[in-house]
Order: sequence, then structure tokens, then C-alpha cells
Amino acid sequence: MAQMKLSRDEVQRVALLARLRLTASEEEQLAEQLGAILEYMEQLNQLDITGVEPFSHANDAVTALREDKEVNQPNADALLANAPERDGSFFKVPKIIE
Amino acid sequence: MTLAALTLHAASDTLRRRECSSVELTEAVLARIAASDENIRAYLTVDRQGARDQARQADKLLSENKSDSPLLGVPLALKDNFLTRGLKTTCASKILGDFVPPYDATTVAKLRNAGAVIVGKTNLDEFAMGSSAENSAFHPTRNPWDGARVPGGSSGGSAAAVAADECIAALGTDTGGSIRQPAACCGIVGLKPSYGRVSRYGIIAFASSMDQVGPMTKDVRDSALLLEAIAGHDPADATSVQRPVPKYSEALTGGVKGLRLGVPREYFVAGMAPEVEQAVRRAIAELEKQGARIEDISLPHTSYAVAVYYIIATAEASSNLARYDGMRYGHRAEAADLNDTYMLSREEGFGAEVKRRIMLGTYALSAGYYEAYYLKAQRVRALIKRDFDQAFASCDAIVTPTMPTTAFKIGEKTQDPLQMYLSDIYTISVNLAGLPAISLPCGFDKAGLPIGLQIIGKPFDEATILRVAYAYEQATECHTMKPEDRG
Repeated sequence: MAQMKLSRDEVQRVALLARLRLTASEEEQLAEQLGAILEYMEQLNQLDITGVEPFSHANDAVTALREDKEVNQPNADALLANAPERDGSFFKVPKIIE
Repeated sequence: MTLAALTLHAASDTLRRRECSSVELTEAVLARIAASDENIRAYLTVDRQGARDQARQADKLLSENKSDSPLLGVPLALKDNFLTRGLKTTCASKILGDFVPPYDATTVAKLRNAGAVIVGKTNLDEFAMGSSAENSAFHPTRNPWDGARVPGGSSGGSAAAVAADECIAALGTDTGGSIRQPAACCGIVGLKPSYGRVSRYGIIAFASSMDQVGPMTKDVRDSALLLEAIAGHDPADATSVQRPVPKYSEALTGGVKGLRLGVPREYFVAGMAPEVEQAVRRAIAELEKQGARIEDISLPHTSYAVAVYYIIATAEASSNLARYDGMRYGHRAEAADLNDTYMLSREEGFGAEVKRRIMLGTYALSAGYYEAYYLKAQRVRALIKRDFDQAFASCDAIVTPTMPTTAFKIGEKTQDPLQMYLSDIYTISVNLAGLPAISLPCGFDKAGLPIGLQIIGKPFDEATILRVAYAYEQATECHTMKPEDRG
């Protein structure tokens, strides 16, 4: 089988979903690399997995309950200190609604 | 010998006997960093002032004789994906280049409460994605045994810092081998605990169903001591378990007599360096000589593990890394509107491997591919887990190589992501199944590079793998070798 390659359209579709603005050369490189990696993944098709339940977590999920009491120490200044842009006690973000 | 070369337990004994102070020990480590880290580059941040302050505080507590913590006054290093309050935490990514966490990870808080001295933050592959520490956005780290080679990854900085005596011990994280593989490359001991044994709260998330924190140390006793200090339930991590934490350091002796050790035939196949195979076979023979029963076992789905892992890990990563949007913290690009701000911030902030994995994970989760990739991978993951369950019916622990080769050259695998992924072939299944495993040195190749032996345990049976590792270590000498002894 010839080496699989993703189409540029497909790379652009996934990049949009992932909110990545790739350069043209990144798109080209990823089309090839992702194709090769996905081709390697094809080996999973050799297995008969009918009736096998998906395994999502090593530990059985239990609902973790705790007392309903406040534990957070509000530390607004430390949180805001990492803001790319702030205005007083607010995060400043680009305009969302035109 | 410099004080910095001490193991954790020897350092602790030395402090308790007042043969040195924590300030002296910390200064010895800082001097070692000053002398060798310009070359090795294990650290991203060295907190000299903070370390000196903590050491003085520890000396006060030591003089009052009130605490019996073995970590009191001992200088440790942390991989730079542990949140440290007030100390820059980058995850080796430009997107978090200036990030200063407002709180400590639970494991960091535990170390601080135990009186440890946090020396600094070590290099890693960006977001812990890689097997060589070359994917760091800042600089690669060199292997202390050979500067032309990688220290392994992703916890390559922690492994190199321990091997070069630039700290007494360190913590790393392991999602597919990121503690054990660099431990093997650098000739140290690395332990990945069972999933849920140690809190993940405050660890920068990569693949949440597999990430786990663990010790990286100069010997097995140190590994047990450090695991005791960090293990246990944490209300802030719903996946951490409510089991009591055994005194691992008191269960090291007892030997391997009568223990059944499985050797999986699928792990001894083409692609393994002959010298690695010989060293691991010799280690198995040593354990047999000490009275262990060696069982030939099969883990038939081993060859599918890399494919399964790189679907599940990238899918989880693409979801976890969606939080880096440039709004409340992290890099923000200048752009015309909101969507462009997201896309450009992420394009500028993430490196090539992180983008590759986000793309792969997004693809595997996207409409039309979810069942063919993600769901299928989860079903095969169940088969891999079942292989281990069946194997553990006839053995108490499993012995394998940690890595198919010794440390490879810097630049050797950067152009071929798939080749890089295959260097984790022996470590990945353990994360998929949520098991504990330890890597310890078991010899050297002809070039003098360390070889790692991996011991895999049943879920939450860290005590047995530590006991096997300790029995091997006591009978052999390679863990005492230092990079400067290399012929």
C-alpha cells in the first residue's frame, strides 16, 4: 500500500477544530506525518474486538462526595497576575460580540 | 566526595547526625549546579534564594528535633510541570513562558510540609510530550553519561539532575514511560506508581487517564521513601484512591525467594539492542539465583500498545490543551478578532510536537473518526489490561527491559515522530493498564551507557516491585556508578 497522506483540506478542517492557525509548510508536513502515523494505527483493524467493552479508566469510577463547605482561599491578585491583559480586578479579553 | 552525591537516605542520616547542615547540603547542590549545569542544562529555573531560605528553616527544625521526616532539609528538584506557588512553571512551553502559579500541586505541598528544600524546576519535553527532552521550547538537556546523547524523556531534566548530583532526588511524571525511560537512559531509579496512588492535583495535565507522579532517585530505598511522602488520597483529585499508604521503606528486605517473576516473551523481540537483552537476561538470572521462580509468560497484545497509546494520549491531550486560549493566562497573540486571537496564540505558543499531537487527537475524536480510532483504541486497551490480569494469575511481578536501546544521540530521532514513539514500546502498556512499575540500572553497554531493568507490579502492589528491585540492587553494583566513573 502506498503511504497514506491526509489531504490539505482535511488538515485544515482539523486545524480549525483545534484552533490552530498552521503555516502552509506546517500543513504540508502534517499531512504527511499524520498520514504515516494513522497508517501505523491501521494495525488495530487486525483485531476482532466485537463484544469488548471500551476501557476508559484504570480505576472504577466512584462518585467522590465531600462535605459542602468552602475550601478555596480566594486569591484574586495571584490569579490576575498571570492575565495577558487586565483592567483592575477584571480580565480584559478581545471583543466577543460585534 | 561532594555532599551533593549523597542519596536521600544518606543525606537525611547525615543531617540527623549533625555532620552537616541543610544549608551546607543545599550549598553543595547549588555549587554542583553552578559547575555542571551550564553543560547539562537539566534545569529551567534554579531558585537559589528560595532554596537557601528553606534550608535555613529546615536547620531550625532539625535543631529542635521535632520532625522525623526523612525529607527534612534535603534538596530536591521538580519537573517543570508541577505547579509551585510563586515559582515560575512553564511546562517547557512558550505558551506558559511567564506563568507563575497561584498555588502548589498537592505533591509539592506534601514535600514542603515534610521540610524538603525545593532547588528548582527541571527541563522536559514540552507538555511532557516526548522521549528525549529535545521538545523543550527552551533548550535540550544533555545526558550526563555522554553529552552527545539525550537524557530520555519526558522527565529528562529530572533524570539528568539526579544522575549528575545536581539534586539529591527529584520528582517526575509518567504518562507513557516519562519517568522510567529517562531513568534508564541516565542510570537512576524511576518509579511510576499505580494510577490513583498519587494525587495529580496541580500537575499540568497531558493525558488524564494515564498521568502519574513518581520519584526519580539514586537508589531503591530513596524511591520508597519519596513514594511514602507523596502517595495517598487527595480530595482535590477524584481519581486518587482511598487506600492506606504502606511503609514502603520498611518492606524492602525479605528478598525474592519463592516469588514468581514473569518474563513476557513478546518483550524480547527484534529491535532490541543485543547488549540490552544480555544485561536484562543477566539480571533475571541473578534474581533466579536468589530464589525467584522465573515464569515464561505471554502478553499477546503488546505489539498494539503504541498505536493504542498514541490515539488515547493524543485525544486526551487535545482536550486538556484546549484550555490554552490566551485569555486568563499564558501567551496571547495580537489579532483582529477573538477567533484569530485563539488560533494565533496557540500557533505561536505551542511547539511542533505538541501541535502534531493536538492535531492527531482532534482528528481521532472528530465526527466520523471517533469510533474508528478513539473507541477502537479503548477496546484494545481493555485487551491489553486483560493480558496483564491473566499474566498476574501465574506471577507476582513481571521483569522486562525498560527501553529497547541505551540513550540515543541528540537529533537522531527528531525528524521521525514514529521512531521516537517506538522508544516507549516497553513502558506504554503499563500506563494503559494503570499498573506500577520501576526502572533501575542493571548494567552498561560497551560505550559505557546505562541499561534499565523494568519491574512491573499488580495494581497497588508497589511494595513487591520495590522489594524485587532492592534485592537486585543489594546484590549488584551498577547503581553506585557515577557518570565520571565511565571508562
